[in-house]
Amino acid sequence: MNAAAPAPQSARTVRAWEVLGTVLDPEVPALSVCDLGIVREVLPQGDAPDSLLEIVLTPTYSGCPATELIERQVLEAIAAAGLGPARVRLQRAPAWTTDWISEQGKRKLREYGIAPPGHLAAGDAVPVRFISRRSAAGPAIACPRCASTDTTQLSAFGSTACKSLYRCLACQEPFEYFKPI
Amino acid sequence: MQTSTSIQPSRDPAAQYVLRLADTCLILGQRLGEWCGHAPVLEEDIALTNTALDLIGQARALLTHVGQMDGQAHDEDQLAFLREERDYLNVTMVELPRGDFAFTVLRNAMVATFLKLAWQRLAGSLDTELAAIAGKAVKEARYHQQHAGDWVVRLGDGTPESRQRLDAALGQLWRYTPELFEDDAVDAHAAASGLGPRWSELQGPWRADMTLLLDEAGLALPTDSAFRSTGKRGLHSEHMGHILTEMQYLQRAYPGGVW
Repeated sequence: MNAAAPAPQSARTVRAWEVLGTVLDPEVPALSVCDLGIVREVLPQGDAPDSLLEIVLTPTYSGCPATELIERQVLEAIAAAGLGPARVRLQRAPAWTTDWISEQGKRKLREYGIAPPGHLAAGDAVPVRFISRRSAAGPAIACPRCASTDTTQLSAFGSTACKSLYRCLACQEPFEYFKPI
Repeated sequence: MQTSTSIQPSRDPAAQYVLRLADTCLILGQRLGEWCGHAPVLEEDIALTNTALDLIGQARALLTHVGQMDGQAHDEDQLAFLREERDYLNVTMVELPRGDFAFTVLRNAMVATFLKLAWQRLAGSLDTELAAIAGKAVKEARYHQQHAGDWVVRLGDGTPESRQRLDAALGQLWRYTPELFEDDAVDAHAAASGLGPRWSELQGPWRADMTLLLDEAGLALPTDSAFRSTGKRGLHSEHMGHILTEMQYLQRAYPGGVW
């Protein structure tokens, strides 16, 4: 981009969204930060082309160790694209939910071998229930490889805060499941 | 220049209310971190440390908020690492040594149930930053409660050995639970200002959840004793100094050191 030939404001915002669509989540590199739904807004703080561009991010988990890295990568990408001064603002409310992962993002997850999260009802709509082993039966999660729902949970927590570990009993392959929150 | 001199948080009741939550998350997170590399199976090693990560994330957000609330501009690291023992306001239960796996999962179930109920109410706080932190944390606490609760059921309904250990843990932990629900001036101020509920209001729903859980595990709620712990007023058990020594070592030895 040529800073001497500034694009009109709206084009700058559109371009910023395009650039953000190329910034990958460091822990789930199949998804961009836009697919993940953590980029909430791109707000130019004025009409001038060198006005501050505010990018609003909503973190996934309170303790997600990738948050600071994502902030840095977002700013680097905007700078590399010559889009002028930018800053990141973290916004907690409304809280991020896996329902914000785009349809494209869910498709990319499946292709990457991670079962996408199911649709989440309102936070407290599903009561916490403690189930004895005899009657244990969780929701059926489809294997991202063979689509069988004959799967079982191996571990409630996985390689990152947002995933748990499953195994497909049909194709015998283990896979990760993006937990709905 | 950075120093390792202790800081004193404000005595403002609103800041103290949030500090009680922050320190409860922080100290339990520190205790759970001790399981890293020591849990009975790999899956639970990951589960306990992931839970610790969420708790420390919640504590960071709360401590940052306290630093803004009390006007002294202390940051999260100063508040986490440079206070004296009596300025930590966590409930005593979370500072007790990690014990065995049964003790750990039962304590996690008790605290996650408490925090889930607290976050649900705090999501409606008039303090919008606290409400935002709660709106995020409640989802995490639910998952912690589910996971720890599943283990309580599994151990209670397991072998004679696992049941005996869970039963022993219940006996050790129960007397620390009344502290969670005892009100004082900090609660009264929070309720009057719309900051958050009196913690005593959480006792009914907490007992309901715990009754359901222990019933499924084949255990009954123990009877209450006259013992009262006082961590949330800054008067801790003998274990607190030791955990702080380990937590604070780096910041005291290398003031202002960052990751």
